[in-house]
Amino acid sequence: MLEKALRAQRESGRKLLIPYLMGGMTEDWTQSLAAVVAAGADAVEVGIPFSDPMMDGPVIQQAALRALQRGTVPAQVLDGISGAEVVVPVAVMTYYNIVFRAGLKRMAGSLATAGVSGAIIPDLSLEEIGPWATEADEAGVETVLLVAPSSPPDRVERICERARGFVYAVARMGVTGERADLGGEVGAVVERIRRFTDVPVCVGVGVSTPDQAAEVCELADGVVVGSALVRRMLEGEGPDGAAEFVGSLRSAID
Amino acid sequence: MTGGTGDMSLMSEPGPDGRFGEFGGRFVPESLMPACLELEQAFKAAWADPEFRRELDDLLRHYGGRPTPVTECVRLSEKLGVRVLLKREDLTHTGSHKLNNVIGQALLTRRMGKSRMIAETGAGQHGVASATAAALFGLECTVFMGEVDTKRQELNVFRMELLGAEVRTVTSGSRTLKDAVNEAMREWVATVDTTHYCLGSVMGPHPFPYMVRQLQRVVGEEAREQCRQILDGADPDVVVACIGGGSNAAGTFAGFVDTTARLVGVEAAGGAAIANGIPGVLHGMHSRLLQDEAGQIEEAQSISAGLDYPGLGPEHAHLAAIGRAEYSTANDDEVLESFRVLSHTEGIIPALESAHAVAWVARVAGTDALPSGSTVLITLSGRGDKDVAQVREIFGRGEHA
Repeated sequence: MLEKALRAQRESGRKLLIPYLMGGMTEDWTQSLAAVVAAGADAVEVGIPFSDPMMDGPVIQQAALRALQRGTVPAQVLDGISGAEVVVPVAVMTYYNIVFRAGLKRMAGSLATAGVSGAIIPDLSLEEIGPWATEADEAGVETVLLVAPSSPPDRVERICERARGFVYAVARMGVTGERADLGGEVGAVVERIRRFTDVPVCVGVGVSTPDQAAEVCELADGVVVGSALVRRMLEGEGPDGAAEFVGSLRSAID
Repeated sequence: MTGGTGDMSLMSEPGPDGRFGEFGGRFVPESLMPACLELEQAFKAAWADPEFRRELDDLLRHYGGRPTPVTECVRLSEKLGVRVLLKREDLTHTGSHKLNNVIGQALLTRRMGKSRMIAETGAGQHGVASATAAALFGLECTVFMGEVDTKRQELNVFRMELLGAEVRTVTSGSRTLKDAVNEAMREWVATVDTTHYCLGSVMGPHPFPYMVRQLQRVVGEEAREQCRQILDGADPDVVVACIGGGSNAAGTFAGFVDTTARLVGVEAAGGAAIANGIPGVLHGMHSRLLQDEAGQIEEAQSISAGLDYPGLGPEHAHLAAIGRAEYSTANDDEVLESFRVLSHTEGIIPALESAHAVAWVARVAGTDALPSGSTVLITLSGRGDKDVAQVREIFGRGEHA
């Protein structure tokens, strides 16, 4: 569902926009979810908060902390996604302990039941993905894998073989968060992925502004924008503010 | 032999996927996987290289003060009715066993052509050791330390700075060791080209649990031979060490795992990952962790910053699962009492971490768990100078007579 939808958009000549927001971070987060879809998202990444997010910078950490302080549990995030009835695919992003604790089969089933079509688990390496991938494939949940600037070609090839949904090209070495510039490695990472797969390639980590999103879309099929949106939500911008920002990203890449 | 170990002996090599039984593994972002694989190759090559081993041994001997002695505790033995021997890692340069590990990792950093080390620290012992090794090798060094710990271990912060390291105060999460590890991992992702993460315990992704245990096994190997000299060729009945991540215990156990000695690890009662933990994944490893029903990691609570960790190394989880080692706990009151007793009876002020191991012995001596007349070796992982101010404050408040 995720890959199919993204491929269809790409074939229609459209660049792919995937905003990220943290499940449970505000009272009205599901309205923000619906709002960013209406503002032009092609898919949405929804975080299930984890206490120790190793791959995330201060903004997403803060959002996770706020969600947990609000008492958010994974089932509520899934209920929220399911209740929002969005018309584009939703992928959850979380850390492996959340999945492991729930039980792999049970989590894969819960995601499918909630209408979630993809999963991004950044601390689940290619070496460790086997047991989860089996359950996810069986439940019809597409597991998105990351390729980093440090990934050598032989790993990129193996990652691309296992990739579902889209390939997440990490723009730079480092954790999530807004950056003044994109760094010089994006083009090389995307090019390395393209050698091995025609699955859509979306770039994330550090992409913060409409200009940067446009720059990335010159190279890749689409872009993931997280911290810049989540920061606005942490600063109190509700669904309208989220929609406005996502709208500005949409205009920049169209 | 039991699954996960590479040859006949327990505590030899883990399997190719870095597993000890079901525990261990490599749960890190793709950005870090190439560095973990590089480190595994580099360590295996170095460990098999006689020149590397000779340089490491020389440094530990002439710089670090090895071998450390085993001390027979005459007065404490009389008091407890069991024969107590101490492996004196408190006498190592920088005051704890941590130096054994960092000297090895600093040599590896140089061998891999990297110019900078980062480290996490709880009590500050690993941070001080890392800063020391970095000074010795002319490496840049940044140490991550939780804000709670920078406050209770102010002197160690100054020591690290004096040694030329930068100390970064971590204000996320519980602001203790767990969060210092998170922050060090995040920094490593951003700087892995030039930077080695000098992890301080037998935890994290493969190869760290294996590598750090190998670098610490000198503790157990020395102690085994020293005990045999003292005990006319016999091994102690029981070997005890404290556990946060579990590096001094792993090093000690590695020397005795093939003997008949019982192996006992002592965790802080407020951070007991074997007693209260559930299998899960954190900091790159599959191990036992304090966590809630949703999988959120819970905060450990201990008087000792070095044991304030909600998990423990995967090899300990495995040794517990197969029953080769036993794991118990000591609470803060017992620890303070042992801190005082060892100081009074032997003239040795232990680190609060190490006092956990002493506290277990003091509690169970003369019971079925440690019958009178038994011989017990305790690894005294560090000295208590760093803890004196904190303990004075607690005793001064009259909370502990």
